[in-house]
Amino acid sequence: MSNELVLHLVVNGEPARALVPASRTLLELLREDLGLTGTKHGCDVGDCGACTVLVNGLPRLACITVAADCAGEHVDTIEGVAVGGQPSAIQAAFDHHVAAQCGYCTPGFVMTLTHLFTEEPEADEASLRHALGSNICRCTGYVKILAAARDAQARMRNPA
Amino acid sequence: MSVRQPTPVPDPIGSYGAKIDGRERISGAALFVADLKLPRMVHAKFVRSTRAHARIVRIHLDAALAIPGVVGHCVGEELPRRYGVIPVAQDETALAVGKVRYIGEPVVCIAALDPETAHRACEAVRVEYEDIEAILTIEAALDPARPTIHEYARKPSNILRRVHQNYGNVDAGFAEAAVVLEENFDYPGSTHVALESHAALARVEPDGKLTLWSSTQNPHYVHRDVARVLGLRDQDVRLIKPAVGAGYGGKCDPFCSDICASHLARKLGRPVRIVLEREEVFLAHRGRHPTRMWLKMGFSAEGRITAVDFKAWADGGAYASYGVVTSYYLGVFMPLPYQLENYRFESHRLYTNKPPCGPKRGHGAIQPRFALEVLLDRAAGRLGLDPAAMRRDNCVEANSETCNGLRVTSVGIQACIDAVVQASGYTERRGKLGPGRGLGIATSAYMCGALHPIYQNEMPHSTVQIKIDRSGEVVVYSGTADVGQGSNHMLAGLVAHRLGLHPADIRVLEGDTSLTPVDLGSYSSRVTFMAGNAALLAVNPLRERIVAAVAEKLGCDPAEVSFGRPGHADRGDGPRVGTDTSDVSWVDAVWLAEEKSGPLVNAGGYTPPKIGSRFRRQSVGPSPAYSFTAQVAEVVVDEETGMVAVERIWVAHDCGRVLNLAVVEGQIEGCVYMGVGEALCEEQRYLPGGLIRAPSILEYKLPTVHESPEVTVFAIESHDPEGPLGAKEAGEGPQLSTVPAIANAIFDASGVWLHQPPFTPERVLRALDARARGGPP
Repeated sequence: MSNELVLHLVVNGEPARALVPASRTLLELLREDLGLTGTKHGCDVGDCGACTVLVNGLPRLACITVAADCAGEHVDTIEGVAVGGQPSAIQAAFDHHVAAQCGYCTPGFVMTLTHLFTEEPEADEASLRHALGSNICRCTGYVKILAAARDAQARMRNPA
Repeated sequence: MSVRQPTPVPDPIGSYGAKIDGRERISGAALFVADLKLPRMVHAKFVRSTRAHARIVRIHLDAALAIPGVVGHCVGEELPRRYGVIPVAQDETALAVGKVRYIGEPVVCIAALDPETAHRACEAVRVEYEDIEAILTIEAALDPARPTIHEYARKPSNILRRVHQNYGNVDAGFAEAAVVLEENFDYPGSTHVALESHAALARVEPDGKLTLWSSTQNPHYVHRDVARVLGLRDQDVRLIKPAVGAGYGGKCDPFCSDICASHLARKLGRPVRIVLEREEVFLAHRGRHPTRMWLKMGFSAEGRITAVDFKAWADGGAYASYGVVTSYYLGVFMPLPYQLENYRFESHRLYTNKPPCGPKRGHGAIQPRFALEVLLDRAAGRLGLDPAAMRRDNCVEANSETCNGLRVTSVGIQACIDAVVQASGYTERRGKLGPGRGLGIATSAYMCGALHPIYQNEMPHSTVQIKIDRSGEVVVYSGTADVGQGSNHMLAGLVAHRLGLHPADIRVLEGDTSLTPVDLGSYSSRVTFMAGNAALLAVNPLRERIVAAVAEKLGCDPAEVSFGRPGHADRGDGPRVGTDTSDVSWVDAVWLAEEKSGPLVNAGGYTPPKIGSRFRRQSVGPSPAYSFTAQVAEVVVDEETGMVAVERIWVAHDCGRVLNLAVVEGQIEGCVYMGVGEALCEEQRYLPGGLIRAPSILEYKLPTVHESPEVTVFAIESHDPEGPLGAKEAGEGPQLSTVPAIANAIFDASGVWLHQPPFTPERVLRALDARARGGPP
């Protein structure tokens, strides 16, 4: 394989490096090379949102992002969301409301909401639905996901 | 330092909150098959048929096998033994043998060092075919002059199964009717789209035994079929179900991935992993059967149903899957939730050259329920009756028997109807919301597992084993498959309830055929009822042994001993066991019991009750209990564009008893969501030659958050006398009445009846156009 390159990037705040084929996607890099399997493979073409991660703080679909484009960038995944081993407010709300049934789409939803509430702590219902429109869930009908998101937003505004 | 006030352990039953395995689901820590890696593991991919119906003349593999990195392959002739979960319809092979029966059927499997190389190798394979006329429609499948898809089928035709049943006197029922209505309906096929693809990882152990990790709903059946096809003893195969990214019925069968990974692992002597690509998941299918239906119903002037006559033809695709069961489910549940006297049905499950249909949530019962609930509303309109009141007047009574011999125990349907009628303002608001907005109601019922097992035997349907040891840990071993529906939490909650512990104190190990006792699987809404009862049967004797030991120690009457008494948090030994005046810690109670009566290990097996039927052939349909649902939909129909928006659903479901409210609500909401998808947009469609039209999540339209309604859930508790603590199913039945409630709401909004979901803008506009031209509504 001649088209290989060494990538350096920052993943969940830690330096990471990998030797990858030029065609490697960010999803493959995370899952296969870095062992971060929390980011899920759903459709391979950017339709389902299961692979959502943050690149320099912005949501990106890892399955249609070329890994080489992320050289030197900061990538955040579900593995980096917990704070001191404790679930984030969004994760805790997902847990309480059972917004994760099978849990396969959940990492993507958590990353989408992590970005939304960082950028827009006062996001209204329309902004919330707009953001969640990029992720598919087949278990919940989005009812418990919306409940968890509203609950998390309230908790983040008024920490107990 | 302050001592926290002791608090009793709250009873987990009925509470709202996290599942015991919730943390691994929210953190990305749960390991699915595609997350598992083993040393020397290779990856395999499939070459798939490009023909709908053809003989395989020759397979050219040389170019593929010459690609560096390719390590092995297999073809159908290596795995000729036919399999299938239903013993009377074992017609599948993992790879086509001699002939292909649908476009996309696996023909060759190639293993390589990485998935990309396996994929390139598959593209280098050339298969020569000799076409046979393809059977692609219901008409063609019924034509005896056409070629037969399965030559070895017992009948020289493409009818897998025809079922005909007749109860009461249907003709007399029509003769006494004040109103008789009949209509044709077409229900579309749709597919599950679980976000996790089907996947398998197989390894041959040093002793020659096989371990298979599979994303399955039914570890037991996959275990049996993999052993059967590979010619191994069942006991030499270990099937492990890790975390599964949902099924909805789509992971009930053994798949090509399970069998080829296992076979190649043995052939190559190294682990093999197969993860289906998204397009392949659409081809694996096993989704809803597209079903053509004819329904005729008679009604008295007061709205009582006097007779029902029903015919159905289900287009089942190329293999049987659970199709024999489908043929029965199309008819046997029709009477419930009503009290019918005169009923007959004739159903057909057909073979066609398309990906096989199978058990999608609400299996076989969704299509006839749509037809009946729509015709019922039309009859109410004709008779000038309130559709909700008319349904209520027809409802089945508790502790009764249906005309087709189903024993009915707990019934909460009237309470369900009352809850949604009141909450939605149905009686006052229906017909008064102005053009373009309407309300519709529908009701339904579903089973809690089948009375009779799929393969004939007299053994328990669910066995649960519990081990409590001197560490204080309680471990529940169960062959169930939690695929997200919450069965692990259900088991933990029931056991915690009996022992006065928190559900989180219970460790559940499930879905591993070498570690856990047999459970038949996550299908037919059986798990809460059957595995739940098995868990209680397992824990109750252990509880009694602990009671006896503690009573002896404290010198009290065993009847005074209670569990879950407040313990001091800082002692770390959990809640206490004893009386109002003296008690011991949980761990001490376990020590006392083990000292007094030996190891605290016990198994419980649930076998459904033997319920006789008046009808000898009624072997599919009887269940130990039935759940009931009523729902009201509020829709907006845009008469300019034909767009239908489902704004809100009120749904009341009789689940017997709530074990965890968040889980029960989530199951009901998920059912409504899948129903909304089938009502508005979901359809598995094919081009005229049999090529699947939309095998991607983008093209196969499914509801996002934007199309999903607000859902208001009412959990109705009828306390089933035989359910675990009174519980019944909640994860499947509620879907049955969603589509007809929406159809009836569309009529209220726009004055048109739609007899073919999904209710797309084209269909709505066509119906509005016909109405405008003065045709029938």
